[in-house]
Amino acid sequence: MAPTPPHSAAENLVTIDDVTFAYDSRVILENISLKVTRGKVVAIMGASGCGKTTLLRLIGGQLKPASGNVQVGNLSVPTLNTAELFRLRRKMGMLFQMGALFTDMNVFDNVAFQMREHTDLPETAIRDLTLMKLHAVGLRGAWNLMPSELSGGMARRVALARAIALDPMLVMYDEPFAGLDPISLAIVGRLIRTLNDALGATSIIVTHDVQESLKIVDYVYLMSDGVVMAEGTVADIQRSDDPFVRQFVDARADGPVPFHYPAQEYQAMLMES
Amino acid sequence: MSDYLQRVSGFFQALGRPVTEQLVALGRAARFFVEVILASGICLRRPGLVVREMYFIGVMSLVIILVSGLFVGLVLGLQMYDTLERFGSGDIVGMVVALSLVRELGPVLSALLISSRAGSAVTAEIGLMKTTEQLTAMEMMAIQPVARVVAPRFCAGILSVPLLTAIFNVVGIFGGYLVAVHLLGVDTGTFWSQMESAVDFRMDVVNGFIKSVFFAVAIIFIAVFQGFHATATAEGVSLATTQTVVKSALVVLGMDFVLTAFMFRGI
Repeated sequence: MAPTPPHSAAENLVTIDDVTFAYDSRVILENISLKVTRGKVVAIMGASGCGKTTLLRLIGGQLKPASGNVQVGNLSVPTLNTAELFRLRRKMGMLFQMGALFTDMNVFDNVAFQMREHTDLPETAIRDLTLMKLHAVGLRGAWNLMPSELSGGMARRVALARAIALDPMLVMYDEPFAGLDPISLAIVGRLIRTLNDALGATSIIVTHDVQESLKIVDYVYLMSDGVVMAEGTVADIQRSDDPFVRQFVDARADGPVPFHYPAQEYQAMLMES
Repeated sequence: MSDYLQRVSGFFQALGRPVTEQLVALGRAARFFVEVILASGICLRRPGLVVREMYFIGVMSLVIILVSGLFVGLVLGLQMYDTLERFGSGDIVGMVVALSLVRELGPVLSALLISSRAGSAVTAEIGLMKTTEQLTAMEMMAIQPVARVVAPRFCAGILSVPLLTAIFNVVGIFGGYLVAVHLLGVDTGTFWSQMESAVDFRMDVVNGFIKSVFFAVAIIFIAVFQGFHATATAEGVSLATTQTVVKSALVVLGMDFVLTAFMFRGI
């Protein structure tokens, strides 16, 4: 029995209501519903390919659902025209899995990019704001490095500074912990939490890193094959005896999510040759 | 009987598929062209973006244009003098070199060289931006990649190619002059006066310029289109880069025939 998220409609910044999404005939998300409360850090977890990133793209309006509704604030994202969508996106920040830093710009210009594109601020103000963002992620001293000169962890932190450049109301993180060493992982995790609280933002983290995310999030959705399998607070998830939750949290190789990809009977397949 | 009909229908379907696929690709390209033109207002609002791209497309192509132009002029001088001298007309080599360069070789060879050097680089750069999600990141920041990434490169290409063609022509004529006057002994005054009397500004220079503008639009559009629509993998970017060079060469050569027919034969 899934616990009821402790929030009313007005408190929800993101509401995904009965959404189905498919690439041609391949169904990625099936009648999925979830809510993200304002000011909270919410994790969407699941194995690779279960539709987590697709969910972020639906929230950002890069994809449109086949059915159902995606609501951010009081706006229905799939019905927005390009201008309205771009207005909404100015209030969103997104951290991509590999950072997606602009490789022809240095760290400073990457972080200052949105300020220069979307505001009329003088260059001195942009300089100060950019240095503040870089200071927040601990990379003020790396302002003049090119992306190719950064380690994976540093690139992720610069991407984080860029994602919060315009103080967004919603920050989305696509696999922020992937491929990081333990120190960088702890730094990025701590930054996500502290920046969310300092900015008064709402964060959605798409990840399959259970241990690190459980340290920083307020609420968890566990997905598999395009549906929400379990949800709850961190304590709920840790206490759960649901076989799927246990397999995921305890990192078991086999269980409700099978080790083997569906195939015909082993012996029959060998005999065929 | 139904088997036979099915085979016949399958044959015609297989025959028609490449045609419909090409039509779809053409439609997509036309739509993208309109999108780029509509987004090109940014080139006027923010000329700095265009100047930066002109550096990469124009200035960085200077060496290949200068060297190629010089050698084409040198070879043209040698070949033309040798042929013309058989008819006792070696003195008009300056005119022949200039007309060949201004009307044909300058615009065509410059376009081919620029598409190989700068066009392929533009495709690879945009393709790589797509592969590393930089274009998606830009969209998520409420910035149109077509306006911010594609349009400045498109405008810079259209401005750079005719300028580089002019440089190619000048250096080529200088190469022809070096061979004809200093190596083969043609009189300097004759070389330049023959050229001056035969090369018409409107008919030859302006038409050559018009050709280079057409080629510029074609090669830079192919470059940005291939990059923007590349499959987001290493293999996809590599394929798109190759496609840029091959398609640019074919389009430039085909377009050259059509333009020449209209310009110099009065069709």
